[in-house]
Amino acid sequence: MTEYDPLRLHVPEPTGRPGCATDFSYLHVSPAGAVRRPPVDTDPRATSDLAYELIRVLDEEGNAVGPWAPEISRETLRLGMKAMMKTRIFDARMLIAQRQKKLSFYMLSLGEEAIGSAHAIALEEGDMCFPTYRQQSLLMARNYSMVDMICQLLSNEHDPMKGRQLPVMYSVKAKGFFTISGNLATQYIQAVGWGMASAIKGDTRIASAWIGDGATAESDFNTALTFAHVYRAPVILNVVNNQWAISTFQAIAGGEHTTFAARGVGSGIASLRVDGNDFLAVYAASRWAAERARRGLGPTLIEWVTYRAGPHSTSDDPSKYRPADDWTHFPLGDPIARLKKHLINLGAWSDQEHDEVHKALEAEVAAAQKEAESYGTLIDGRIPSAATMFEDVYEEMPEHLRRQRQELGV
Amino acid sequence: MERIQDSKQAGMAHSDTTDAGPRTPMTMIQALRSAMDVMLERDPNVVIFGQDVGYFGGVFRCTEGLQKKYGTSRVFDAPISEGGIVGAAVGMGAYGLRPVVEIQFADYFYPASDQIVSEAARLRYRSAGDFTTPMTIRMPCGGGIYGGQTHSQSPEALFTHVCGLRTVMPSNPYDAKGLLIASIENNDPVIFLEPKRLYNGPFDGHHDKPVVPWSKHPLGEVPEGYYTVPLTSAATYREGKELTVLTYGTMVFVSEAAANETGIDAEIIDLRSIWPLDLDAIVRSVKKTGRCVVVHEATKTSGFGAELVSIVQEHCFYHLEAPIERVAGWDTPYPHANEWAYFPGPGRVGAAFKRAMEK
Repeated sequence: MTEYDPLRLHVPEPTGRPGCATDFSYLHVSPAGAVRRPPVDTDPRATSDLAYELIRVLDEEGNAVGPWAPEISRETLRLGMKAMMKTRIFDARMLIAQRQKKLSFYMLSLGEEAIGSAHAIALEEGDMCFPTYRQQSLLMARNYSMVDMICQLLSNEHDPMKGRQLPVMYSVKAKGFFTISGNLATQYIQAVGWGMASAIKGDTRIASAWIGDGATAESDFNTALTFAHVYRAPVILNVVNNQWAISTFQAIAGGEHTTFAARGVGSGIASLRVDGNDFLAVYAASRWAAERARRGLGPTLIEWVTYRAGPHSTSDDPSKYRPADDWTHFPLGDPIARLKKHLINLGAWSDQEHDEVHKALEAEVAAAQKEAESYGTLIDGRIPSAATMFEDVYEEMPEHLRRQRQELGV
Repeated sequence: MERIQDSKQAGMAHSDTTDAGPRTPMTMIQALRSAMDVMLERDPNVVIFGQDVGYFGGVFRCTEGLQKKYGTSRVFDAPISEGGIVGAAVGMGAYGLRPVVEIQFADYFYPASDQIVSEAARLRYRSAGDFTTPMTIRMPCGGGIYGGQTHSQSPEALFTHVCGLRTVMPSNPYDAKGLLIASIENNDPVIFLEPKRLYNGPFDGHHDKPVVPWSKHPLGEVPEGYYTVPLTSAATYREGKELTVLTYGTMVFVSEAAANETGIDAEIIDLRSIWPLDLDAIVRSVKKTGRCVVVHEATKTSGFGAELVSIVQEHCFYHLEAPIERVAGWDTPYPHANEWAYFPGPGRVGAAFKRAMEK
């Protein structure tokens, strides 16, 4: 006999499933302009409210309001707009190419374009991002060659990765974009190490680490927070909370009744929870964190609240585990539509210009694809030679690899 | 059966040590410290960190005094997180530093596996050279100190199986310093395994006898300055005519004791660089003697000895006069109380020598 009821295992469930609309009230949304903006030298403990609120700048009418509204030129905003649009158009086109079997695999960033675009613009030349597989907007904002990107996706003779990596696993040191692993979370602690190195050398470069809500459960995430705090590393610790890790809802990663930003506060790190679909909020929070890092004031963890509008990858069908129209009900909307409204309010954009830019970007992406395909695709067999398989394992090829290459006859 | 006394001969290839300064008797700990001291002095990109390595100087004292000499931004303590230590080192290496990190015991590297296997080892490959991460991961290994199953392991085969890593294990102070400097200067990630039973002397497996200090051994004479032992060459520790012993680390001295006690004229090849290895040295010796015994302290099954047996079979089969013998730790966790029943001592090694000679 016991006075206790039998224990039951709690397994979190999303509020919506196929055929049942999501109740997004689980997501705490602060009104635009409502959250305070502390000075960059704030005590990490004093940011605990900011880890639970939601920093937003753009209101429903497209106006920039509140203390986080950044000083940013119209020209920079237009650049950001174009980077977001280019990312979305590129993704759409590569999805079709994958369906045509020109690529083996692809990963969209649909709905998340503001985060990388605004963040890249907020950083300085020489800073290094340690991205996951869904930050192609960082490269778009830094004007990396789309031809090179598509050659990587096609694994063709011009692929800068020599056909060694799955599509989207770019590496572009010259654009401050670290090689993507595929093993989740590993880059998070590496970014901290990179930032520590900048401090050891007495430089002023900062690192920007990226992770999704799902992979915060990996030990490398927690390790990175500890190291970043211990050594006051000049690093921005980004958590892109897009609500879904393949089919698992963010509550399974530990987001239920708390926030991912709150993890930072507990580790002694200044932490912000930010509307990731609000270009201005992303820019403002990124600038705040970058300034803090560059002044040696320590790391900042930023949870970007957004929504993965597309499938996890081209191998995934999200209609199997969530409502098919979920994104249209997501309370933070579409980042491109929101910035468009703001730019039109400013008189710095119009529907007509939007259409013209869209068409021009589509043509640019199509031209890049055409050129990249002229260098070969996985299907036409114009791939890097098999001899390259043995290169770069070591700086100099050891004897055993030379023998194995000879055995293959290449 | 003449034992090679001079390390200039023992090291089949090494840099010219004429400018490396006068030779001083050093333990392996002092030699390793000297290597790090030399490299901290020579290269501002060298940094050292790990658990307890800063102010205290490491649980084995290998980094003692280095923080005081070079400051806390060059030599510092790390949180108890092997994954974090190696992961941070990957980022530092990518930045342009040459981190030298210490895993307190090789038995503790497992949490760092993902960072070693999936990251450090493959960064150059997966980015086609866009990013590289030179780093040296030091870890004391091996038993013979009553360390039980969590302070005695020899995990070298777990690293030699990983493409892109170099795995090194010195057997004496002279090589330890030269190999560590070469590892730090190398642009590939290097796993640097230090047989802790050799830190203070050339232990030959006779645990019941007094410890012989390095000051009594010619390879304990170490130049004070800069020199390297290349990561491409094995050493012929002892020349012989009757059989070839392929070994490394503590087993070099155990094999020497076995040769002396059985009177079998064994040629002892100390691999030093376990992988990639010096194939020519192995093939030359086995073709000369026609017999081969492979010895290591690590567990037998899928141990690196299996690879050595396979290499000898592949390259020397028609020169062999007897089956290849293999002596290794038993396939059990490293026991505490039964350490010496586990440890492949001179008796077991000598018995293998005899079997190889009888057939």
